[in-house]
Amino acid sequence: MTDKSDITLTINGKAHAIRVEARRTLADAIREECGQTGTHIGCEHGVCGACTVLVNGEPVRSCLMFAQQADGKQIRTVEGLARGDEMHVMQRAFMENHGLQCGFCTPGFLMLAVGVLERELDISDHDLVDVLSSNLCRCTGYQNIIKAVRAAAIEMRQS
Amino acid sequence: MTVHAKTEHTKGSGTTWVGRSIRRLEDPALVSGRGRFTADLPAAHWVRFVRSHVAAGTIDSIDAPDGIGMVTASDLKGLKPIKPMLSKFNYVPIGQPILADSVVRFTGECIAAVYAPSKDQAEDFADEVNVAITETMPLTDARVALADDAPRVHAGTQHNVIVEGHIATPKFEDAWVSADRIVRVEARSRRQNATPMEARAGHAVYDPLTERVTLTCTTQMPHLTRTAVCDILGIPESELRVIAPDVGGGFGQKMSLAPEYVLLVWLARHLRSSVAWTEDRRENLIASFHSRDQYVELEGAFDGNGKLLALRGDIVANIGAYSCFPTTCGVEPLMALAELPGPYDVRAYDCRSRGVMTNTCPMAPYRGVSRPVITFVLERLMDKAAGAFGIEPTELRRRNLIDTFPYTSATGLVFDDGTYRETMEMAIKAIGLGAFRKRQEAARLQGRYLGIGFATFSERTGYGSPAFAARGMEITPGFETVILTVDPSGFVEARIGSSPHGQGLRTSLAQIIADEIGVDPQFIKVVHGDTDRSPYGWGTFASRSLVLSGGASLMAAQKIRAKLLKMASHLLEASPEDIKLEAGAAHVIGTDRSVTIASMARAAYHQTHIFKGEIEPGLSENATYDPSGTFSNACHVAVVDVDIETGNVTLEKFLVAEDAGLIINPMIADGQVHGGVAQGIGNALLEEIIYDETGNIMTSTLADFLPPTAREIPEIELHHIETLTGNTITKAKGLGEGGAIGAPAAVISAINDALKPFDVSIDEMPATPQRIRAALRNSGKLP
Repeated sequence: MTDKSDITLTINGKAHAIRVEARRTLADAIREECGQTGTHIGCEHGVCGACTVLVNGEPVRSCLMFAQQADGKQIRTVEGLARGDEMHVMQRAFMENHGLQCGFCTPGFLMLAVGVLERELDISDHDLVDVLSSNLCRCTGYQNIIKAVRAAAIEMRQS
Repeated sequence: MTVHAKTEHTKGSGTTWVGRSIRRLEDPALVSGRGRFTADLPAAHWVRFVRSHVAAGTIDSIDAPDGIGMVTASDLKGLKPIKPMLSKFNYVPIGQPILADSVVRFTGECIAAVYAPSKDQAEDFADEVNVAITETMPLTDARVALADDAPRVHAGTQHNVIVEGHIATPKFEDAWVSADRIVRVEARSRRQNATPMEARAGHAVYDPLTERVTLTCTTQMPHLTRTAVCDILGIPESELRVIAPDVGGGFGQKMSLAPEYVLLVWLARHLRSSVAWTEDRRENLIASFHSRDQYVELEGAFDGNGKLLALRGDIVANIGAYSCFPTTCGVEPLMALAELPGPYDVRAYDCRSRGVMTNTCPMAPYRGVSRPVITFVLERLMDKAAGAFGIEPTELRRRNLIDTFPYTSATGLVFDDGTYRETMEMAIKAIGLGAFRKRQEAARLQGRYLGIGFATFSERTGYGSPAFAARGMEITPGFETVILTVDPSGFVEARIGSSPHGQGLRTSLAQIIADEIGVDPQFIKVVHGDTDRSPYGWGTFASRSLVLSGGASLMAAQKIRAKLLKMASHLLEASPEDIKLEAGAAHVIGTDRSVTIASMARAAYHQTHIFKGEIEPGLSENATYDPSGTFSNACHVAVVDVDIETGNVTLEKFLVAEDAGLIINPMIADGQVHGGVAQGIGNALLEEIIYDETGNIMTSTLADFLPPTAREIPEIELHHIETLTGNTITKAKGLGEGGAIGAPAAVISAINDALKPFDVSIDEMPATPQRIRAALRNSGKLP
């Protein structure tokens, strides 16, 4: 169990050469080995979605993937959404529509929504709610999250 | 959709930040991954707790292989237990050891703590600890625990009752026997878990230079956490600093003292190093504080017109194996006892309420505290009475809601101005009750079962120390202090005793302060959650922060405002009455003469001589606010579609008409209602902690314990009335818990309305598909 392997996690375009045990989850590796604590851990059994990141463009629950499985792949986390001081349209939409309260689930929701809209920008409102139902939020009652993602989708379609 | 019926605001300086939906100051960091949560901090040692795998028993041995760093109760000799105190209600003071000492009393109780350089290694070590326990018969059901021959969870209690209250008004029997009709409800709320998305976590670091420990943890009450930990360890409070950084939701679960934090501070001092613990979700579901778990028997005596004459009740709360600190386990049963009559006018009341110990996880406050359950039970009674009288449930409520103020309840509570009737009428109109009844009838003919449910309630909010003192608590939470400083650079800092965890309090307080002193809220920093930086205060719970910290902020800002006007008067050679504070400067009205707040601040510290001794140096004021409290109110409406074949309930619509006094930030207020309603819907339909007969928890993952998702929560339509209360100086009443109080009752009421043709009564929450199907099967009326 304690044998370690050398892998490279490329997070938001930056390569992190790290050494991890086989059992190390991607979530733990991102947070602890790579110091990117914006990705949060809410349940460690794949239900809450707080740890959602994009791996090669796909939303992934990083608590259900081993770090070694992400070796050499492109990982995007919440820290990579903004360009310098310019927020991503999804981040702005969450702020403008009060899509967060405590903010703990927010990085997971942002990555989930960005991942889905980058893949399927014309997703229907109904399907969007289905997708968003894969992550849990305990503060907002979801409707402002849904409102925020729909607002961001409209803006992303226009640009 | 949000509708504001009335927006009449009082404004300090004539500016208008209060009442506007400005964006939250908290958000930029949180959406960028730059929030700072406890689990983000590195530590030299990671702690893992070894927890009891059985509900009741005696510890025979605890063995660990050599080389494993481990702490057990025998290492903690001399440490006091956690012992919350009440001086009334026949309370039996029982202490909780930090680590179980020879006896275990619930599954998940901490027995030992191991530590290692990494989290993974600590988990490995914990697996290697072998605990031998001789099991004894556990109690999980409070009614079973009350039996004469039931074993005792702790010696020294009668029938495992730890707290018992009884209120009876004079001449109760006269009112009872004069009634035409008695209506009875026997209801149960199952055990639930608040389930904040961030589970609990603690991080304690020893500083060799100062010999102090800094405990960073997910608490709603940093100051009281410090007091409690220091009391238990027997150290001065100056040796401990407690920080609540960004906290990922609390909902009451992070209000009570976690024994784990005491152990972390002890261990940091012992190792002279840093130690950290992050609770996993399984630990959170089995061993963090639970809630609700109550049985209520309630009888109402009505006259021939449906007027409630008398109310008789018996409340049994399963409080688990220990009493929570600081509120004590009396928090649920005693609040229920005092507030059961709710928003209804009833003069005769006779009720008993008991807190009963069992071999289950301790119970603690959860958003709404007692009122989600008593509202559910009382509204069931009103619905059943309406059925008995053959009238609309809303008509029966109309005949009983209080409408003259101030109103003194049968239990002695004084309700200030509220809109119990108005919010219900507003809700009836907005939902279109008449049209719904026609649609419901047409749907039934097609085999579809729609239902509508109304819940009206009062929410006691914003109360200070008098209300807690009346409960007989040894520790009486209450006042909040704000220290407001304009520093020499002209920036404004408000240091507050309260400690938010997602409510947007920084923004709301900045709006209140901004109106008084004429600066943009974005230039106001609100500092909280650090015992070194913030004044002693109680934290965030009971819909109190905006009322208490808001009141103290307003008072402190008024003092700063007065001083600024005096300084400006001096510098601009004008009378203070002719000066207004706006956009960061003082202006002589009707002229172009002005001086910036920044330059006045500079003068206040660096050029004090120019005020010739007439104005005290510096620009900092503090204020403390400790109000008696007020009552918010609301009417919630749920419209449901019940599938009688599967027992599945779909929420078609949810509507709230509420009155929380002056709304400081409508966007934030609406968000609080949305979140509360969603938790209430979860309570009503989904969430249930299930113990098996051995005291083992069957719902230890989020695949078993089910918070609602975006799919289950419908659009929530909000309507507001703003009754400007005279009981608080901001005229705001507070609303954090209200959503969670009304929603369960409205949803269960709607389900029962839908199932009327089957003559069943669902009197249990959550109303799961299994329970609904069982009731339908037993009705014998399924098509």
